[in-house]
Amino acid sequence: MTGNKTGTAKISIRNLYKIFGARPEQAMEHVREGMGKSELLDQQAHVLGLQDINVDMQAGEITVIMGLSGSGKSTLIRHVNRLIEPTAGEVWVNGQNVLDYDEVRLRDMRLNSMSMVFQKFALLPHKTVAENAGMALAVRGNTRAETVAAGKKWLERVGLTGYEDHYPHQLSGGMQQRVGIARALASDSEVMLMDEAFSALDPLIRTDMQDLLLELQNDLHKTIVFITHDLDEALKLADHLVILKDGYVVQQGEPQYILLNPNDPYIEDFVSDINRARVLRVRSVMTADSDRAGEFDGDVDANDTLEQLISLSGGDTYKVYRVLNDGEAVGVLNMKHLVRALVPARVEQRTVM
Amino acid sequence: MAYYDRTFDALGLRDWCDATGGEAKLSMADLLAQANAGNAEDGPIFPFPSLDALHEACLAIPQSRDFVASVESGFLAIKDALKLVLDPPTQPLSWMLEWALQAVNAVPWWLILPLLFVSVWYVSRSRAVTAFVILVFACLGFIDHLDPALQTLSIVLVCTGISILFGVPIGIAMAKSDGLQRTVLPVLDLLQTLPTFVYLIPLIFLFSVTEPKLYGIAIIAYAIVPVIRLTDLGIRLVDRDVVEAADAFGMSPRQKLWGVELPLALPNIMAGINQTIMMSLAMVVIASLVSAPGLGVLVLRGIRNLELGVGLIAGLGIVLLAIVLDRVSKAALERVSAVQKH
Repeated sequence: MTGNKTGTAKISIRNLYKIFGARPEQAMEHVREGMGKSELLDQQAHVLGLQDINVDMQAGEITVIMGLSGSGKSTLIRHVNRLIEPTAGEVWVNGQNVLDYDEVRLRDMRLNSMSMVFQKFALLPHKTVAENAGMALAVRGNTRAETVAAGKKWLERVGLTGYEDHYPHQLSGGMQQRVGIARALASDSEVMLMDEAFSALDPLIRTDMQDLLLELQNDLHKTIVFITHDLDEALKLADHLVILKDGYVVQQGEPQYILLNPNDPYIEDFVSDINRARVLRVRSVMTADSDRAGEFDGDVDANDTLEQLISLSGGDTYKVYRVLNDGEAVGVLNMKHLVRALVPARVEQRTVM
Repeated sequence: MAYYDRTFDALGLRDWCDATGGEAKLSMADLLAQANAGNAEDGPIFPFPSLDALHEACLAIPQSRDFVASVESGFLAIKDALKLVLDPPTQPLSWMLEWALQAVNAVPWWLILPLLFVSVWYVSRSRAVTAFVILVFACLGFIDHLDPALQTLSIVLVCTGISILFGVPIGIAMAKSDGLQRTVLPVLDLLQTLPTFVYLIPLIFLFSVTEPKLYGIAIIAYAIVPVIRLTDLGIRLVDRDVVEAADAFGMSPRQKLWGVELPLALPNIMAGINQTIMMSLAMVVIASLVSAPGLGVLVLRGIRNLELGVGLIAGLGIVLLAIVLDRVSKAALERVSAVQKH
């Protein structure tokens, strides 16, 4: 990913730096001269929150930014709608630099083309669920009836029919976050920012919400920026995965690719614990030679997970499958390759040594 | 010989002392000292270098009573200018208090009491509280204390209304600006700790005792403090996540204030209003010293003439009024808080 994709990406973050402290400009000079995060903290008492972030987010895709707490992911997402001002860098949205916006245009952008879902839901406690869901319309100056109507429409879409007149505190966490999502959808914005939106929920409800989000995304094709600290969640949702550590991007790209080719011990650590069979898909493991004819044990879809394949083959590693994508043969899957892919690269090295 | 004579001699100030020093005025203490001439020199060996002690050695230095006199004359000097500035903006307060007291006098009891009970019901939405209020006013009326009670109540309500009108915006401004908070907080501390009687002294000089604003200002200055404090606190305590959400959805500062901050701070503001009401009631009794009508006058009569019964019953009436005001405002507070539990 280099800088020349600005033209096509919906959101483009360029050379973004954020320094926390009393005199960030001064500290920025030290950083430009090559001072690292820990030196900056020791010598200048400034915290380097984000360093040299370059990310392109394509329209209609879910870009997941993953990192542990303190990695700067929540800071990064707040730069997209400028809830936080950067120390240096550019944020391009629809070909315009958000940092050039004045107060009025910034508010207009937040009002019409960006919405946000929060970890702690952040619903208005004194408004009903329907009023909360329609909040964006109320802010735009629509009447209460229009607000509530829009709110109800989107509440139905997220599966909360019948709760319109409740107050947020009467709802469970998962239901409150459904309201949060309905609120973001009701604003009808192209970009949706989701800041650890599912992190405060129970695991089962979290899975439900992930499915809901994917289902909605299937119909709506929003540009979603999703923040999480959970790799399973990231792999499930991401079209484009950005891994953040100590305020810089360690690796970014297609999640399957990152999983199979981690370029950093930090990421290897991360990916070593996940259920690879459930996450990896046939297309990531197959070989491209579709010439072999006649000897296939069956046809599989390129987007099937390896888990599905294992259950299909009954664990027989001598089987070979033809891979289809939209009915066309695109490659061959050898079950032996599949089994190899289930072992993380690091473990492989260890065995060899 | 005064103790500090040698100090002034050593400093070479003797000429200045004698040149400017007039004849010392005799205080009562001096006269007493002269009367017991024999003991006159028995003062402390090393007196504190106060104005009086220094004055004995050097006539150019004023006595302490001159200092007190200068504070007084200083106040009197600016009094007219101060009155000119303060009179017009405070005049509406007089009108409102006069109007409220006249209304209480003019409207017959069978109109004003039902009106009162209906508004209590409207504010509290509690049957128990409304029944209690009816009982209290029935008792007060039965022992012919209805008029003074209603007078006290009307003064409290007018002063509370004005306190809210000014206190809430001041509190909001304080919550928005740390600098303003730093300046206003000491003033609030001062208003709250100044003995209540001390308010009255400069006011008596500024305004005529026949003007209701005299006690109106005293009550408001004392009672406005909690509503300011709790508005400031309430707005600062509003959930930051919700404020951030408001920003993220493009709310203007005004939409944020009216749609998010004030509604969420309302429980705290209501608690401040409850305190303001109680403090107005406390002050209205003291303000009867400067012609505030109502139950306080009866308490004062009880003290002045040692009419035990009059004082006790009026005092009890004030207690009942306090309970009524407290219960009604707390019921309203609970109603507000119930909607927005987190």
